[in-house]
Amino acid sequence: MEKTAILILIPFIAALTQLFVPRKYGKRFAVGASLLTFIVALVTFCGFPSSGDYQYITNVTWIQSLGINFHVGMDGISMLLVLLTTFLVPLIVLSVVQSETRTPVFYSLILFMEFALIGVFTSLDGFLFYVFWELALIPIYFICLLWGGERRASVTLKFFIYTLAGSLFMLVGLVFLYLHTPGSHTFDIDALYKAGRALDLRSQVYLFIFFFLAFGIKMPVFPLHTWQPDTYTEAPTQGTMLLSGIMLKMGIYGVIRWILPVLPLGIAQCGSYVMWLAIIGVIYASIIAITRSDIKRLIAYSSIAHVGIIAAGIFFVSSENGLNINGVQGAMLQMLAHGINVVGLFFIVDIIQRKTNTRKIASLGGLRLKAPFFATAFIILTLGAVALPLTDGFVGEFLLINSIYMFNPIMAALGGLTIILGAVYMLRMYQRVVLGEPSVETENFFDLTLNEKAVLIPLLIMVILIGVCPNIFLKVSEPAVRKLLTGF
Amino acid sequence: MVTLIILSALGILTLFAQVLRFKKALFPLILVGLATALYFTLPQYNNNPSTWFSSMLGFDNYSAAFSRSIIVIAFLWFMMARNYFLQETSGTDHFALIIFSMVGAISMVSYSNLTMLFLGIEILSLSVYVLAASDKGNILSNEAGFKYFLMGSFATGFLLFGIALIYGVSGSFDLHTIRTSVATHQQPTMVLMGILLLLVGLCFKASLAPFHFWAPDVYDGAPTPVTAYMATVVKTAAFGAFFRLFYTCFPDLIEQWSNVLWWIVALTLFIANITAVRQTSVKRMLAYSSIAHAGYLAIAIVSMNGDASARSILYYTLSYSISTIAAFTVLYIVSRNSGRDDFGAFEGLAKTNPFLSFVMVVAMLSLAGIPPTAGFFGKYYIFQNAINTHNTGLVIIAVLGALVGVFYYFRVIIAIYFKPEQSNIPVTVGSLHQVVLFITTLLTLLLGIFPDWVLQWI
Repeated sequence: MEKTAILILIPFIAALTQLFVPRKYGKRFAVGASLLTFIVALVTFCGFPSSGDYQYITNVTWIQSLGINFHVGMDGISMLLVLLTTFLVPLIVLSVVQSETRTPVFYSLILFMEFALIGVFTSLDGFLFYVFWELALIPIYFICLLWGGERRASVTLKFFIYTLAGSLFMLVGLVFLYLHTPGSHTFDIDALYKAGRALDLRSQVYLFIFFFLAFGIKMPVFPLHTWQPDTYTEAPTQGTMLLSGIMLKMGIYGVIRWILPVLPLGIAQCGSYVMWLAIIGVIYASIIAITRSDIKRLIAYSSIAHVGIIAAGIFFVSSENGLNINGVQGAMLQMLAHGINVVGLFFIVDIIQRKTNTRKIASLGGLRLKAPFFATAFIILTLGAVALPLTDGFVGEFLLINSIYMFNPIMAALGGLTIILGAVYMLRMYQRVVLGEPSVETENFFDLTLNEKAVLIPLLIMVILIGVCPNIFLKVSEPAVRKLLTGF
Repeated sequence: MVTLIILSALGILTLFAQVLRFKKALFPLILVGLATALYFTLPQYNNNPSTWFSSMLGFDNYSAAFSRSIIVIAFLWFMMARNYFLQETSGTDHFALIIFSMVGAISMVSYSNLTMLFLGIEILSLSVYVLAASDKGNILSNEAGFKYFLMGSFATGFLLFGIALIYGVSGSFDLHTIRTSVATHQQPTMVLMGILLLLVGLCFKASLAPFHFWAPDVYDGAPTPVTAYMATVVKTAAFGAFFRLFYTCFPDLIEQWSNVLWWIVALTLFIANITAVRQTSVKRMLAYSSIAHAGYLAIAIVSMNGDASARSILYYTLSYSISTIAAFTVLYIVSRNSGRDDFGAFEGLAKTNPFLSFVMVVAMLSLAGIPPTAGFFGKYYIFQNAINTHNTGLVIIAVLGALVGVFYYFRVIIAIYFKPEQSNIPVTVGSLHQVVLFITTLLTLLLGIFPDWVLQWI
């Protein structure tokens, strides 16, 4: 069997098996299964050929009468995201604190989520892509509904309906493309690409709106973001990590895979509006983040700001100077970086909340004295998030802003504010939480446990690794990005 | 045809069970009878289209597929409803009525003559009128039966009027003759009037707005198993008949009638989904949801696209019915346990009975149309045909309706998992019910993943 199919199957089988694993070994099994998936992904990554074509393809007929196939495979873009997913999931599972409420179902849902996410990133069939896209929504909904905070019922329902609304419009768009494929119609990705490019301007603009609704809500881009802060705050830590670390990348991946190569005229027509929206979102979210007093909410808003820059960078595909390969490459790298930073930061928040029972900036302080290792990990992640050179956030953000600059210098200047404002809220938070004198709440704070170190250390290594040698990752996605964009 | 004969014989046999004192053996007998009838709908026994009774009935792939679907649903339904009829009423006549109504249902999907359509509808309806009122002690059930009867007869009047006008134009009840003469007729007013009246009559039966007013009260008042029957078998038969009529007789005039139906569908989707949100009783919510599903189904008729539309109706009715049976079975068990049928009755079910909760979640996901359940593919296929025939506007309305649908279906899920449990009474599930729930859940998932199994029937 090809590696892509194996990567999809392992978490799926593990998710089913998990239900029958005794409660005591639940976490160990889940960690083992997700580590196994990571190892397979890592081996695939190391041996990944430098070519823009899809590799490790499995193509089985699924619904014959409608031309739907189980067609999966990876190019460099998929590979990086699969690597990110499989890297983060074991850490997310590891970050669970064992307790009565963390039943096997919880781990099973996380593994099921991994299955669906890998499916989304590797589907080469429009229908299959949609099914995986929706499948990813079900486990996260239940994770948030069953293990979330006080207001979880209404918040998660809003989240579900919001995202479903977007996806259903995308489905209409996909069907529209499908019906423009020749012969007895097919959902094959290349046929859909061809069908999309052949459409006239009007249809492309409509399709652009339909697709953008789905992806924009998932990312989320201003003004479609209103579900996000509440959901991130109410979800259990692992849910927040999955949502922000990986699920958000589904939206950006969707744009790269299903808008850039399909709707060139649509982007030429509407892309700049989206870029402006994204930039507005960056500034808006940054300003709100500065005023937040709850650290989990602050990081949720910072996430909107970071995604805004990515969105602005990819919707600009070509100029007189040629293709915008830098923008898409920057987005690829920034997806990895953001995934790692945000998962780490939400884990930090979780540690603080567990040990002090509060997330209010005002009631925290002095953690450095109590827990030096914790403070070090926190500062590295914070610097990654504010895009300091030699950390993971820098290269991606640089490439993205560079590409926005080519489109419009003023926009780039406004987008650049994200770095400055980011530094303001992140460092301010760090200063008030970690430095200073201990408060009543932080009196009994203690340093990281072995389990917590096991989660944070791989993340910290990645922060530095991506910052110092981003080329390991960029060179894998480069041929694929080039091929995707030269398809025009 | 063999299917029809077997079912009629089975119905008569059931009537005699009371007199001849083999009531105990009756239930297995019915299941065996249904299985035999099902056997004769399989393709290898129905390979060449045949007509019967001077082409009053025509058995082709379409009718075989729908008969199969109806019998499968009825089979599951009998397993669900066994207790109700054996415990709460004494006679076997209710079972007999159901089987007779199935004879009507199968005529409704196999007619090739308008009189047969009328007979089928009447056989089906008369049985169900009685069944709706079968809980004699309950005033709501009486009201349901009476209301259903009045409204149903009214609709039949429209239907007959329509048939008469069409007959007046074409001089024949035969579907194919009607098609040729209607297409070339010089007096379009009379034809269109006839079609309009037929449309009104069928919309009554299929509970499409604005002819749906009877449905919520009848569904709510009737005993839960009977409601389940009306929402599944009756609906399948109604749409089987609806599509067959318009597909065979009036495809050439689609320009005219599809406009009317377009607005009916839009109105149905709007009213049903919005009203369902405000319900406090799960049973009434399911009643409105069944109206909403009628709306989705009618999209397939508006976007008439040959056999693809027939397939989409077949698949949708089957998947919808299977999930509905599961939902009603859970509702039946839960409401019998707690004596209520509002959302509160489901609170804390996840703790008292995880199996029931899982079944209900899958059923709700399927009704809401979330992959990988069968409900998703049903909606998808209907949407695809609609976009293919340039009815994208209708699809957008349906998509918005589906979103509202998520809201009320998920209220059940939230109640199951979220609310603190109020009572600690363990919910017990009989073994037969367990089998039904297991089969329906499995089918919901399997049909969602392998829709080709059903699609190749037509």
